[in-house]
Amino acid sequence: MSITADDHALVDHGHHKKSFVARWLMSTNHKDIGTLYITMAFIGGCFGGVLSMIMRQQLMYPHNDIITNGDTWNAIITAHGLIMIFWFVMPALIGGMGNWFVPMMIGAPDMAFPRLNNMSFWFLAAGFIFVMLGLFLDSGTGAGWTLYPPLDNAQYSPGVATDFSLFSLHLAGISSLLGAINFIATILNMRAPGMTMHKMPLFCWAILVTAFLLLLAIPVLAGAVTMLIMDRNFGTSFFEPSGGGDPVLFQHLFWFFGHPEVYIMILPAFGIISHVVSTFSKKPIFGYLGMAYAMVIIGFVGFVVWAHHMFVSAISTDSKIYFEVATLVIAVPTGIKVFSWIATMWGGSIEFKTPMLWAIGFIFLFVIGGATGVVLANAGLDQELHNDYFLIAHFHYVLSMGAAFAIFAGFYFWIGKMSGHQYPEFWGKVHFWTFFIGVNLTFFPQHFLGLAGMPRRYPDYADAFAGWNFVSSVGSMVSGLSTLVFFYVLYAVFTSKEKLADNYWGEGATTLEWAVPSPAPHHTFEDVPIIR
Amino acid sequence: MRRRDGTAKTLAMLAMAAVMVVHGHFALAQNAPVSPTAIANSYVEAPHNWQLWFPVAASPMQAKIDWLMKYVLWIMTAVVGFVGVLMAYVMFRFRAGRNPKPSQTTHNTLIEVIWIVVPCIILAIIIIPSINLIYYEANDSDPYMTVTVTGHQWYWEYKYDSVPGLDYTSYMIPDNEIKPGEIRRLSVDHPLVLPVGEKIRFVITSADVLHGFYLPSLGVQKYAIPGTDQTSWTLIEKPGTYFGQCNQICGLNHDAMPIEIKAVPLQDYLAWTKTALANYTDNTVSQPLSSPMPRNQLADATR
Repeated sequence: MSITADDHALVDHGHHKKSFVARWLMSTNHKDIGTLYITMAFIGGCFGGVLSMIMRQQLMYPHNDIITNGDTWNAIITAHGLIMIFWFVMPALIGGMGNWFVPMMIGAPDMAFPRLNNMSFWFLAAGFIFVMLGLFLDSGTGAGWTLYPPLDNAQYSPGVATDFSLFSLHLAGISSLLGAINFIATILNMRAPGMTMHKMPLFCWAILVTAFLLLLAIPVLAGAVTMLIMDRNFGTSFFEPSGGGDPVLFQHLFWFFGHPEVYIMILPAFGIISHVVSTFSKKPIFGYLGMAYAMVIIGFVGFVVWAHHMFVSAISTDSKIYFEVATLVIAVPTGIKVFSWIATMWGGSIEFKTPMLWAIGFIFLFVIGGATGVVLANAGLDQELHNDYFLIAHFHYVLSMGAAFAIFAGFYFWIGKMSGHQYPEFWGKVHFWTFFIGVNLTFFPQHFLGLAGMPRRYPDYADAFAGWNFVSSVGSMVSGLSTLVFFYVLYAVFTSKEKLADNYWGEGATTLEWAVPSPAPHHTFEDVPIIR
Repeated sequence: MRRRDGTAKTLAMLAMAAVMVVHGHFALAQNAPVSPTAIANSYVEAPHNWQLWFPVAASPMQAKIDWLMKYVLWIMTAVVGFVGVLMAYVMFRFRAGRNPKPSQTTHNTLIEVIWIVVPCIILAIIIIPSINLIYYEANDSDPYMTVTVTGHQWYWEYKYDSVPGLDYTSYMIPDNEIKPGEIRRLSVDHPLVLPVGEKIRFVITSADVLHGFYLPSLGVQKYAIPGTDQTSWTLIEKPGTYFGQCNQICGLNHDAMPIEIKAVPLQDYLAWTKTALANYTDNTVSQPLSSPMPRNQLADATR
């Protein structure tokens, strides 16, 4: 793949004339908006991370007294879940890296709807304020991120905090929906001549599938949240048994959104990992079409497995069997992804730079999380494991290690392209190894706690769970220290004077963003690149 | 300091438990009135520190869950091990220092078919026993007795359908009232008393928000949902004390509504039901279900 435009003739014009307010508050440039999203993700990630540190401190010993009120505890766990999903993982992967690199990778000058893009970001930023109000007003929103009624109805959660949290989901949802429309329009219509769908980089495929998932899942969440708001404020009874409603209906609607949501968080991660693995193995991706269509299949099947989150809720035996089998089927396309990454490395000339370390860590830890996912998919076993710490360990292996590792892989891979300065290799590796040890120490012992029967969302627990909880809390402190290393890496990047080449990774990096200068100019392509 | 206190407390608890066991047997031998705290304290199935696996199975259902868990987990351990070894080999064999010139292979139809077909076979091997377990868990027919379990903020209510009028509540013992022999955060004031060796059906519902009726050593878990009756069942194999906890977030004291079961021989259970009606009059639900214990009262008592 090469481009015919004389990329070195690109001139960086336009943005330096704008004031700070005009550039950052009214931006229509995909790179600036991507930077805003990444900043949002940084704030959200730090905040959600601090909340998790507080929780682990409380759980370090039984009968601990850091958080003495159950409502405060419930508000913290709710905010941790919502913030990490909607204000860390999603803006980092989709809004951030998606905005930055999808237009560049397909040879487009910008996103299809630049003003809509700006609007998407500011809805999300407003949503963050709302979720904060949901945490701090009254006694906070205490229903958990799944927001199951009746606990969050007007009787059991009076006060405005819950309304703010629900509206924050509306705002984040509108943001995601508009972003999804933008990505679909961009990817389907604005590919450079010669960039057929089957030549499109896998990250763009990942974002395209993710955007369709958002397009179809978010409206269902919006409906469920709207009904909840109406139950709370306008006397309807969609989810009130006393008025003929059903709390189980909410669970169905929520997970019809919620299960695609987990793929919304992990598919862009798959895309990033494919590029990193290919680049540092100096080999084209193995089984490109299989990789692309595996994501399409995961996205499709991801929509028809939602009730596996409800195996101990009101659900019939036959439904359990269907949802179990459908869930297990997802292991097959996921296996294609994992084996294709390994096959990409096979025969390669692997360089263990920091992004590659994160990618390899991702693959291995994601496989562990996937394996416990296969365990949990068994409805019969879920009767024992549902909602206990085995589940917590499972989904943190795929998110705290899966999605977060991919975010860091993408950060180290592209920070030179985004900022024009390279990260310090030594400190990047220190960050990786400390984080790797920290998260494993945090989450692996939680499998044992779950097997022993410790339920989730407990601020205090029987003394018999003390041992592994202590280990887990020590692990969270290691991850916290590791994040300080990351802050140093950021400091080093932004104070660096080093100039970077266009393609600072060399022969392995073949996508279009490596054909433009580092940092990428404000307007990427002065002329339409032709892909041969 | 906290842990040293804990050790001293544990020793005291063990000593007192031993005394109570002896005393309990003595009391039973003298044909004294049967009380649920005096019987069945010889065997206690509670979580222990540094536990690595499920509780010891106390019901055939949990035994089957335990078996399937080992079965699936061994298969998945083998899969993770295989991927791990493969990755370790690739990282060693194809590192830049050893393999400076990368191949450009991007397709191999045979291997791509293998890594689709083999996972499908593995899944089939998992699915067959797994579906059997689902049917087994769902079969709550022909029970010896039925207990209606109702979740409340933040206590459980047990109604014995076969003993008219026997309907009582079960609160966690607050931390500051824990006595030797009781387990903090697991022991309750009035445990659920059940006969061993008989099939017991649970009808699980809620009076307010969602709760989770979760008994790890028996393999039982169902949400308690207002407006819906869910069923599950168990058959406890030996006399003893078993514990469970609320496992669906239910508000302020979600962590303070455990479940304690005293499983006793059938004749002891029948004897207990005769005295229970009288013994539990002070604890029977006399107030309307819609006005449970004041919101902060239990919170103040438990923290």
